Amino acid sequence: MPGVASIGGGSYAAANVSQQAASMTRGTIKGWFLVHKWSSLICTLFLLMLCLTGLPLIFHDEIDAATGHAPAVSGPASSGEAAGLLPLDTVLARAMARRPGEVPVFMAFDNDGPQMTVTAAPRPDSPATAMTLQILDRRTGEPVGAVEKGGVMAFLLQLHTDMFLGLGGMLFLGAMGLAFVLALVSGVVLYAPFMRKLDFGTVRTVRSRRVLWLDWHNLLGIVALAWMAVVGLTGVVNTLATPITRLWQASELADMTRAYAGRPALPPARYGSIDRAMAAARAALPGVRPQFIAFPGGAFSSAHHYAVFFQGDTPLTERALTPALIDGETGRLTEARRMPWYMLALMYAQPLHFGDYGGLPLKILWAVLTGFTIVVLGSGLYLWLGRRRSTDGAVREVAAGGEVAA
Amino acid sequence: MIRSTFAMPVLIGLVSLIGLVVALAGDGWFDAASWIALGVPVAATLWAYRVKRT
Repeated sequence: MPGVASIGGGSYAAANVSQQAASMTRGTIKGWFLVHKWSSLICTLFLLMLCLTGLPLIFHDEIDAATGHAPAVSGPASSGEAAGLLPLDTVLARAMARRPGEVPVFMAFDNDGPQMTVTAAPRPDSPATAMTLQILDRRTGEPVGAVEKGGVMAFLLQLHTDMFLGLGGMLFLGAMGLAFVLALVSGVVLYAPFMRKLDFGTVRTVRSRRVLWLDWHNLLGIVALAWMAVVGLTGVVNTLATPITRLWQASELADMTRAYAGRPALPPARYGSIDRAMAAARAALPGVRPQFIAFPGGAFSSAHHYAVFFQGDTPLTERALTPALIDGETGRLTEARRMPWYMLALMYAQPLHFGDYGGLPLKILWAVLTGFTIVVLGSGLYLWLGRRRSTDGAVREVAAGGEVAA
Repeated sequence: MIRSTFAMPVLIGLVSLIGLVVALAGDGWFDAASWIALGVPVAATLWAYRVKRT
């Protein structure tokens, strides 16, 4: 509080009040210090793993293009209806001829070029690990690039998502994300008394290595706070993707397809024309672009429907997908209904976690801020490992505004 | 205390949040605005490194 203590007769009272505030909060500081220490210790190693695997994943589009896994192709958008694009039934037939004995589970489109994907699996309800993705040119039905199973990027993605432990691993990483958020909150609370006497941005290089890293920890932690909180919280939301989607399937989707309840699942042999289904879906939601089709029996549809997911019609609502449910056999529309709030939250949590929605400069900033996070985690670990003082000593340092001889 | 300690952090945090959201709202200028806004925490760090070292 610059200036307060110098106001003549008020100085004693002011000093007294501030001393009282400090002594009153000593216990509070200790509580928050322990919350910060333990929430950080629980999550730090997992967060370091997430940062290190996340760094290359930020650039997965560029890496896939450079390594020939998914080369960019120019031409009419595969999500459109331009001349020169093959019927979807033709592309699907060619793709499935390369996966004999399997069934289609997803078909996805691109707004920037003629490439599209067809995902096949042994059964309609096979787990994601059993699925195979093909990237195809919609003008020829031929593959573009080779999507290898078990490539380095796929390995990193799996490690980052669930550590090869399935849903349990995902939810565990979600819990680590919550611990990280708690560490951020408690860190901000401790920042207040610690920085009482220090200017914003102070980095004391001449005191000791410990003080230097403590100051970097505080500076990088506070400048990257908003980004870390958003990426952390959206990461937690993403770990809930499976239960959130199941909730939607069991409530909204079940409600939309009530007329079909109790009927046996539609066998793949009786799947009708995708082009006819797409035409019915486009008629129900005119003027917007389809992003993907979920085939019957998977996590994103009923056992009887093609679910065609359309993007919103403005950049801001583009990610708010709306499904049109088409009877898989007859190709007639059953219903199109906006997604509930929890599915919208999941859809917006994805770009805000991946950083892939603002071009290469945004990705580079994402990487720099990931680097900041690594330094915050690493310096936090260093401060804990190199501790020579008791909790009370550390609390004294925080309470004194960082001014304890190092 | 709150004002002086948190003035810059709150400013940087708000600008960062605006940067995170604005790129969702469109392409082109929206993206450029988000680069500038999310560049602020990075710039603040560079400033501290250059100016605030003691």
